[in-house]
Amino acid sequence: MEYIIIIITAIFVNNIVLSQFLGVCPFLGVSSKVETSMGMAGAVTFVMVIATMVTYLLQKYVLDAFGIAFMQTITFILVIAALVQLVEIILKKVSPALYQALGIFLPLITTNCAVLGVTILAVQKNYNLMESVVFSIATAIGFGLALVIFAGIREHLDMVNVPKGMKGVPIALITAGILALAFMGFAGLV
Amino acid sequence: MNQLKNFSKGFFKENPVFVLLLGMCPTLGVTTSAINGLGMGLATTFVLVMSNLVVSLVKSQIPDKVRIPSFIVIIASFVTIVELAMQAYVPALFEQLGLFIPLIVVNCIVLGRAEAFASKNNILSSILDGLGMGLGFALALTILGGVRELLGAGSFFGYKFIQGDGMLVFVLAPGAFIALGYLIVIINKINKKTA
Repeated sequence: MEYIIIIITAIFVNNIVLSQFLGVCPFLGVSSKVETSMGMAGAVTFVMVIATMVTYLLQKYVLDAFGIAFMQTITFILVIAALVQLVEIILKKVSPALYQALGIFLPLITTNCAVLGVTILAVQKNYNLMESVVFSIATAIGFGLALVIFAGIREHLDMVNVPKGMKGVPIALITAGILALAFMGFAGLV
Repeated sequence: MNQLKNFSKGFFKENPVFVLLLGMCPTLGVTTSAINGLGMGLATTFVLVMSNLVVSLVKSQIPDKVRIPSFIVIIASFVTIVELAMQAYVPALFEQLGLFIPLIVVNCIVLGRAEAFASKNNILSSILDGLGMGLGFALALTILGGVRELLGAGSFFGYKFIQGDGMLVFVLAPGAFIALGYLIVIINKINKKTA
């Protein structure tokens, strides 16, 4: 039951992009086609789940154990950066097809604040290992959901006659605002 | 003259938020009021100036291959300093900004300036560039925060001059996107006129 609440909260109620504002950069930058946004979502899910597991263990057995919790930010970002490199190397060897598909998105993920945000949030919320993993998977799904919906809308937006000054980013932002408004409807769910 | 340009370009011509569209996450996330925007902007300015300074000092010592990880470590150190200092001296603001303080590490502006400017220029230019970009970022956040606070709560910097509740939606998540969208339209118009 708790897991279901975590999942629904992370996907709909506290959607990482539309209500927490994490990962807005790739949300605005990558999401002009449905296909590329799916690739991005896949890569983020991959890194986010592994990063959450690793940082959870680090936080519990290294940072807390030695009383150096103030090193959290530095440690986590290094873990993520190293992890992204590692994932890139492994994927290249093990599954060249997947590497081809995710390729260009992988290096971008290091500076995706959603990944660092989720690892820190999981620690702040005092989740245990299983809860952290479920939380990260659900958050990644929420990220992917927002990205794909938004990409779908933007594909249509390309064909619409938008006022000159609002072309490009402004209209994308306003669309995102309306999408966020729709997601607020989930607020009473949990 | 050239130095002045390094400093002033961050405000309007290359404003990190309105023109370059970098650092969107904190821009949207913390600007529920003008004071939050200003606080976040100043914290980022400090990190920007210090990391630009250090990067331009050590740029010849760092091998090219490990450049980016080294920059990230430098930035993360200063973010930790800001985090601890804010927790000690402005705990209320620290609570408000919450998660977004450690997230300055992944703010594209900071790494972007280190990579694109400080790793190629001398110390003075780098400091001025960091200061200009940082203050431009702070300015943008304060404007956005001010607009959202004004429309959403009818106040400015906590000083209330419209009675009753404002349009609540502007303080909530959707208002951030919508307000920023319209602000960019206005800035684009002004930039086009001056250019």
